[in-house]
Amino acid sequence: MLQKLYDWVDERVDITPLWRDIADHEVPEHVNPAHHFSAFVYCFGGLTFFITVIQVLSGMFLTMYYVPDIENAWKSVYYLQKEVAYGQIVRGMHHWGASLVIVMIFLHTLRVFFQGAYKKPRELNWVVGVLIFFVMLGLGFTGYLLPWDNKAFFATQVGLEIAQQTPLIGTQVKTLLAGDPEIVGAQTLTRFFAIHVFFLPAALFGLMGAHFVMIRKQGISGPL
Amino acid sequence: MSERKQQVSRRQFLNYTLTGVGGFMGAAMLAPMVRMAVDPVLQPKKEGDFVAVTEVSKLTKEPQRFNFKIEQVDAWYTSEVTKAAWVYKKENDEIVALSPICKHLGCVVNWEGGQGHEDRFYCPCHGGLYEKNGENVPGTPPLAPLDSYKTKVKDGTLYLGEAVPNMEV
Repeated sequence: MLQKLYDWVDERVDITPLWRDIADHEVPEHVNPAHHFSAFVYCFGGLTFFITVIQVLSGMFLTMYYVPDIENAWKSVYYLQKEVAYGQIVRGMHHWGASLVIVMIFLHTLRVFFQGAYKKPRELNWVVGVLIFFVMLGLGFTGYLLPWDNKAFFATQVGLEIAQQTPLIGTQVKTLLAGDPEIVGAQTLTRFFAIHVFFLPAALFGLMGAHFVMIRKQGISGPL
Repeated sequence: MSERKQQVSRRQFLNYTLTGVGGFMGAAMLAPMVRMAVDPVLQPKKEGDFVAVTEVSKLTKEPQRFNFKIEQVDAWYTSEVTKAAWVYKKENDEIVALSPICKHLGCVVNWEGGQGHEDRFYCPCHGGLYEKNGENVPGTPPLAPLDSYKTKVKDGTLYLGEAVPNMEV
C-alpha cells in the first residue's frame, strides 16, 4: 500500500534522488560506534538536532494554551500545568529540553574543538555553529521570561541590566529588547514572545540548514 | 540454504527494525503533545446551573426578552456573561423560555423583529423565521427549532438552566 503510494508519486515527480542525496550515504568507520565505541562522541551533533526537534514540537503545542500577556501569562501556564492532561509532561519536555540542548551543543562543540575538526576547509561551518550556539542562548534567555513568575521576572531584569552595560548604546539596546527604558512589563513580555517563537527560530532554521548543507558538501572530517 | 530463510533480506530486516524503533520514539515523543492538544475535546460536558431570571408574575402570553447573567469559567478566565431568553406563558400557563440563538448560523433572533413578521421570531442575518413555539418556518434558512431553556419555578421566581434542543415542536 505505502509502497504503491510512494511509487505513484515517484513515477511522476522522481523523489528518490532527492531523499537519496540527503539520507543514503555511508557512515565512515571512524564515526561508527559499532566499530570504535569512542566514536559515540560523534553523536552529540545529532542529539542536539534531535532535542531541537523536541523543542520545536513541544513549543508549538504549548502555544495552544500560552498567552503572552502580563495578566494571563502566569495563569495560562498554571492552567496548562495543573488542569490540562499531559500539560505537565509537555511543559516538562520543553523545560528540561531547553537545558539539555545547551549541554548537547556544548559537548558537540568540545568534540569539534578537541578533534580540530574546525580547521580548513571547515572554518565557515564552525562560524555557523557558533552562531547557532548564540541563537540557542537567545532562545533560552527569551523563553525564561515567558512563564512570568518571580524567577522569570528578576532573571530578565538582570539580563536586561547586562545588555545595558553595552558601551555607548546600552540604553538603546535595553529599550529595543524590553520595549521600554524603565519598565519590565507588558511590552517586554510580548517582545520576548515574538523573539522566542518567530525571530530566533527562523534564524535557527536558516543556520541549521547552512550547517547541514556544509557538512554534506564537505563530508565529515577524517580520523585523528 | 532453503528459499524460506532468504525471504527477509538483511537490508529489509534493518529497514523494519529501524522504522519500528524510529516510529516508537516518534510516537513516544508526540503522544503527550497530541494528548494535551486534544484535551478540550475529551472534557465531559458540564451541567449548567439554574439562574434566577424574573418573577413569574411578570410573564405574559406575549414573548418578552429577559437578560440574565451566568458565571462562565473559560480555562484560566472566569467572567460574567449575559445571556438572553424569550419567555412567555402558554394558554395553559406553562412557561416557555426560548434561546434567542438562531439555529442557522448563530445570530440573535427578535420577536416580531422587522416588518411583516407578526407573531414570529425573525433573524436579521439571513431572514430566518420561527413560530411562537420556536418551530422554524419551512423555506427559511434554519433547519431546526429554537433551543429551549430548562425551566424551574421556586417561590414565584423563574429559574433557567441550560439550553437544550426543543422537544415541544
